[in-house]
Amino acid sequence: MCLAVPARLVECRDNAAVADLHGNRVNISTLLVPTAKIGDWVLLHAGFAIQLLSEQEAQETFAVMNDLRAVAGEGP
Amino acid sequence: MASEQPFTGSKISLAHGGGGQLTDELISQCVLPRLGNSILSDLLDSAILPLLAAGEKPTLTIDSYVVQPLFFPGGDIGRLCVSGTVNDLAVCGARPLGIALSLILTEGLPKSTLEKVLDSTAATAKEAGVRIVTGDTKVVGHGQGDGIYITTAGIGATACYKLHPDLIEPGDAIIISGNIADHGMAVMLARQLPQVQSAIASDVAPLNQMIASLLQATAGVKFLRDPTRGGLAGVCADLASRTGRHITLEENLIPVDPRTRHVAEMLGADPLDVANEGKVLAVVRPGAVQAALAALQADPHGVNARVIGQVDATGEGVCELHSTLGGRRILLKAYGEQLPRIC
Amino acid sequence: MNDSIQRLNAAAARLTRPVKFMEVCGTHTMSAFRSGLHSLMPANVTLLSGPGCPVCVTSQGDIDQLIDVARKPGMILCTYGDMIRVVGSAGSLEQARAEGADVRVVYSSLDAVKLAVENPTRQVVFAAVGFETTSPASAAAVLHADRLFLSNFTILTSHKLVMPAMRALLSADDLQVDGFLCPGHVAVILGAATFDPIATEYHKPCVIAGFEPLQIAAALARLTEMIADSICRSENFYSEAVTETGNRAAQELIAKIFRTDASYWRGLALLPDSGLVLRDQYRRYDARLRFQLGKPVDREIPGCLCGDVITGRATPIDCRLFGSACTPARAIGPCMVSSEGTCQAWFKYKRAVNRRSPLNLKSEISDGTLPAPVPAEGRAS
Repeated sequence: MCLAVPARLVECRDNAAVADLHGNRVNISTLLVPTAKIGDWVLLHAGFAIQLLSEQEAQETFAVMNDLRAVAGEGP
Repeated sequence: MASEQPFTGSKISLAHGGGGQLTDELISQCVLPRLGNSILSDLLDSAILPLLAAGEKPTLTIDSYVVQPLFFPGGDIGRLCVSGTVNDLAVCGARPLGIALSLILTEGLPKSTLEKVLDSTAATAKEAGVRIVTGDTKVVGHGQGDGIYITTAGIGATACYKLHPDLIEPGDAIIISGNIADHGMAVMLARQLPQVQSAIASDVAPLNQMIASLLQATAGVKFLRDPTRGGLAGVCADLASRTGRHITLEENLIPVDPRTRHVAEMLGADPLDVANEGKVLAVVRPGAVQAALAALQADPHGVNARVIGQVDATGEGVCELHSTLGGRRILLKAYGEQLPRIC
Repeated sequence: MNDSIQRLNAAAARLTRPVKFMEVCGTHTMSAFRSGLHSLMPANVTLLSGPGCPVCVTSQGDIDQLIDVARKPGMILCTYGDMIRVVGSAGSLEQARAEGADVRVVYSSLDAVKLAVENPTRQVVFAAVGFETTSPASAAAVLHADRLFLSNFTILTSHKLVMPAMRALLSADDLQVDGFLCPGHVAVILGAATFDPIATEYHKPCVIAGFEPLQIAAALARLTEMIADSICRSENFYSEAVTETGNRAAQELIAKIFRTDASYWRGLALLPDSGLVLRDQYRRYDARLRFQLGKPVDREIPGCLCGDVITGRATPIDCRLFGSACTPARAIGPCMVSSEGTCQAWFKYKRAVNRRSPLNLKSEISDGTLPAPVPAEGRAS
């Protein structure tokens, strides 16, 4: 029971951060990953970053999430 | 206690729904400047519409709109109440002739809110090329209602084009006019998660012109539906059940905006179950697919139209999803509202 | 044909007997079903769902207490969406809300704290449900409330721990599970090493897996290979997020706010040290204490087999109520209510028209003879 998604931190200060999900911004807590900083990729669960991810790992997760969706024109 | 003051106040009061002078002022100051036309502005008890052309049948639909919040990214209740009703007419092959608009306002609603909603209603009606021809306004007390409820009944004219599930046959293609789940996700975020600064916008739009182009481009369209509440899954499950045909959808062909997909994953929502207010699902004869896609893609609301599945020759009357993994599962209608989950 | 599915089939072909694997995470249950993974499984490999849905394993009594609290005047009950439709012995949170209770769905536990700050005259109670992935969030909420000296915020705890439940399953005489899929995000918090005892003490292979269907398929392929090659190890297939020792900050936070205690699991009864309760210095944030809720009373639902279902002893179709009296629209037990419940998953997804092996509703558990493995080609036609 663990819905979690990768997200990138676009703001980060004192355990409060803003995570970016393809342009959506959400306020989250970085209390559980105290070394997190702006630009880091994190695994986000119920409003908390629970792990730091490398950018490559995050992109791979997106690739898996969107697996086989080689569909032209997906986007705005 | 009904106010005797002229309508200079900034909030709607009970008296505005009383049918007396304050109602008249509300109509003349708020409604007519925005929605007025030769029929509406006559303010008769009924709207008398022009004669239909030979062979056209009057077509009627009705819907109520109780969306919260009233304003959300990409639209509002005003845009929704015109689009939804126009689309219900259009998917039956009807051109919209007029809309009857009923407002139920809550006492204390800021007048400016009503004006904004009516601005949006007017703009959307203009975009769709349809007029609000008659209306009604009631006001309920504080705490009753959610600010604004709108009911719109739409009347249209259907020519000889027949669209019906009974026409659906094995081999027919299932087409969606573009990205799914944007409206429902945008509204869910606006309502339940104000802390999310959403990049998703509702797709709410009147589609009558796009649908008219589609029906002009080809006679091969068997059936149309707009996947509103219940989403794509709901419409397809219903269709399969209703026709007794087996329908297969290809998951890797169903278009979802990455911004929408990412948030849906975060919240545990399934895009297939999420409402759309600016999309149409079309069941089309295989030989007509290219013409159908070209017509849809030529319209700004259909640029991402594509084939997502087909009606099969055998199998029970269910809709199955062929997943990107290569597996299969049955699509059912969702049971309740979509909620953020942890699991 | 997907690589992992091919590997799964290849390994299944080398098995000398049919095998059953169990996942213990509702998100695994959901992801497997939604991706149609079950329709691709070789005939001699079965994936069972264990006690992985926190809503399903939460005792009836705890659920009743939550609903009772919600109904108290002046209360704001905050919950994750998962809990809203779960039925207690008299209604659900959703029904309580329909009757006027102030029940709010929140995305983060900190939203509940924020509500307490914004509503100083109301009591805010947060339903602290979930496994180790989610308990740090509850701990953070209590810590935050404490730093703000809030007097109107409490939590109703029914957090549970995964390993004690797995140990209970593994210790049962009648366990018919050959290997385990371990929950990836619990492992993010606790570390991969947490699951080592499954292999070292109980001699069952296990693989820590992520939640995308491809990741689950890869983990199942590996489990099957391990059985075919008589290997018994605990392996980490989610190393992009799971380290050997896990998230220390999260572990420390949990330990700071909570301690372990015996906890009642539906289907497993009372397990020692399997749940979390607030430590003494944080007891004032305990809703049970503040509102004198007493001991939860567990009333089993007659005919409901949820307890057996979540321990893999029964499948949903073994339950007389399944699909007739108990459906997602009118759910009786939590396994049907919860969006990750095994029964709901079976009801929604398992009735797949699978041309490779037509759905045999009676049993998908092999009778012990080994049929020729049928290659899963995906679409049969």
